[in-house]
Amino acid sequence: MKRFIRAAIFFVGLLVVWEGLYLAHIWSPVLVPSPLSVGRYLWGAALDGTLGSATVVTLRRLLYGYAFGLAIGLPLGFLTAHFRVLKDTIGLLALGLQTLPSVCWVPLALLWFGQTESAMFFVVVMGTIWSVIIATEDGVRNIPPIYARAARTMGSRGLHTWVKVILPGALPYIVGGMKQGWAFAWRSLMAAEIYVTILSGFGLGFLMNNGRELNAMDQVIGIMLVLLVIGLLADKILFAPWERMLRRRWGTAK
Amino acid sequence: MTVQSELRVEVPAKLSIQNVSKSFHSAGGHVHALDRVSLDVAEGEFICLLGPSGCGKSTLLNIVAGLEQADDGQVVADGGPIREPGRDRMMMFQESALFPWLNVRDNVLFGLKLKPNLRRKERLEVAQFYLRLVGLEKFQRSFVHELSGGMKQRVALARALAPNPRVLLMDEPFAALDALTREQLYGDLQRIWQERKKTIIFVTHNVREAACLGDRVILMSPHPGRIQEEFKVDLPRPRDINSVELARHATAIMASLKGARANAEVAE
Ligand SMILES: Nc1ncnc2c1ncn2[C@@H]1O[C@H](COP(=O)(O)OP(=O)(O)OP(=O)(O)O)[C@@H](O)[C@H]1O
Ligand SMILES: [Mg+2]
Repeated sequence: MKRFIRAAIFFVGLLVVWEGLYLAHIWSPVLVPSPLSVGRYLWGAALDGTLGSATVVTLRRLLYGYAFGLAIGLPLGFLTAHFRVLKDTIGLLALGLQTLPSVCWVPLALLWFGQTESAMFFVVVMGTIWSVIIATEDGVRNIPPIYARAARTMGSRGLHTWVKVILPGALPYIVGGMKQGWAFAWRSLMAAEIYVTILSGFGLGFLMNNGRELNAMDQVIGIMLVLLVIGLLADKILFAPWERMLRRRWGTAK
Repeated sequence: MTVQSELRVEVPAKLSIQNVSKSFHSAGGHVHALDRVSLDVAEGEFICLLGPSGCGKSTLLNIVAGLEQADDGQVVADGGPIREPGRDRMMMFQESALFPWLNVRDNVLFGLKLKPNLRRKERLEVAQFYLRLVGLEKFQRSFVHELSGGMKQRVALARALAPNPRVLLMDEPFAALDALTREQLYGDLQRIWQERKKTIIFVTHNVREAACLGDRVILMSPHPGRIQEEFKVDLPRPRDINSVELARHATAIMASLKGARANAEVAE
């Protein structure tokens, strides 16, 4: 509760400073709108449904692509760690592609798929998959071999060892990779949505770009706030529980 | 299967190590880790393998465990040659090798879950039994990082005992502990060994530890790893590591050990 109050005071303080700057008229109100007008925009957009539907469109793109990226990336990571051939091929490819800023997939995706959902899906998958592969492989390789040996003396073999020893042993790395994949996917999806109008659905990025075209700073800032809240919520809902679990079991934050 | 039959005191195994040789080839060159090592271990005997670092103690133990293959020779357990790890031989490692993602109880349950024919309730009862035996019943729900070094090794002991093996292989399990904790564990291990009737091979390079625990102390020498000498320790149990008679045995073993090291240095 005390932490909540502290955070609340901090953010209310920020709003007050913002309103103060607005009232001081240092900059044109077109460039620095008042927090109230941003609030009014958000309220209006929420009431007429644009905000809700844009959020749904964006999150759906993100979640579908992310889930698919995980479904492909995790097994590939395990296979890469297990087979030398795959490490020297797919592993190397993943390492190279991971260094590529994931936004770079956007032009390619647009040329291949046009301004469609498929393009967005592709961009998100590309953002997710390489980090996940690399982190999973890294995690598997960094498990002390003594765990697998101990398991073997107790009768664990093959698939059982992979599911009960290698997977949980690599989990600290895997969660790290999932988090990074999420961040990459989220950033490149936003870039894509701002960059081009995807005709099959208007996401948050579209609304933001729309605000720029209308010179509506309250809209631009309002959407930025929404993105920020989504980012925070994703962290708290998707990753914080895993990280808490890892800290509790491993003792250290890894 | 019932809990009673699962917890019954098994007949300890008889082991025979016959002419075992093992070499390693690596970037650093060629190491002759074991050279025609032979050793017979009686049912329920407590054997201590003693020797300077690098004389092949861990290698020999790994071969008995089935984790590594001998180049030459074989290890026979109750008439059958050992080819791979089996639940009749459980291993305890120098580092605890406990799984950090499982709590204490689930670590002990790991091997039990791999045993067929045991129901969940029975497995739990068996795990409880061994946690009680090592005095850690209250810490079932703790995670590994929350335990002291001595407690970790107790859990590792419980985990090794839980599948009811007939042979216990221990590779310097107490080396990282302080003297006081170690003394406690010597007492516990002797008590458990007598209660549960296991054949134990215990690796150490601590002479007193060897004299305190072993029925026989097998002294090994390095480059290549060989058995140099063996000592019978026929003191009554439980033994106190600080007793005078034990010190006398330890002194004799120490003298030989120093000789072994001097020889090894001459050979190099
Ligand atoms: N996997 C391996 N690859 C290469 N060489 C090895 C390997 N395992 C052991 N050796 C070598 O074999 C020799 C015996 O090793 P081992 O671990 O059995 O010694 P040890 O008696 O247990 O020593 P310590 O008391 O230090 O644990 C050493 O010279 C070591 O370098
Ligand atoms: Mg060793």
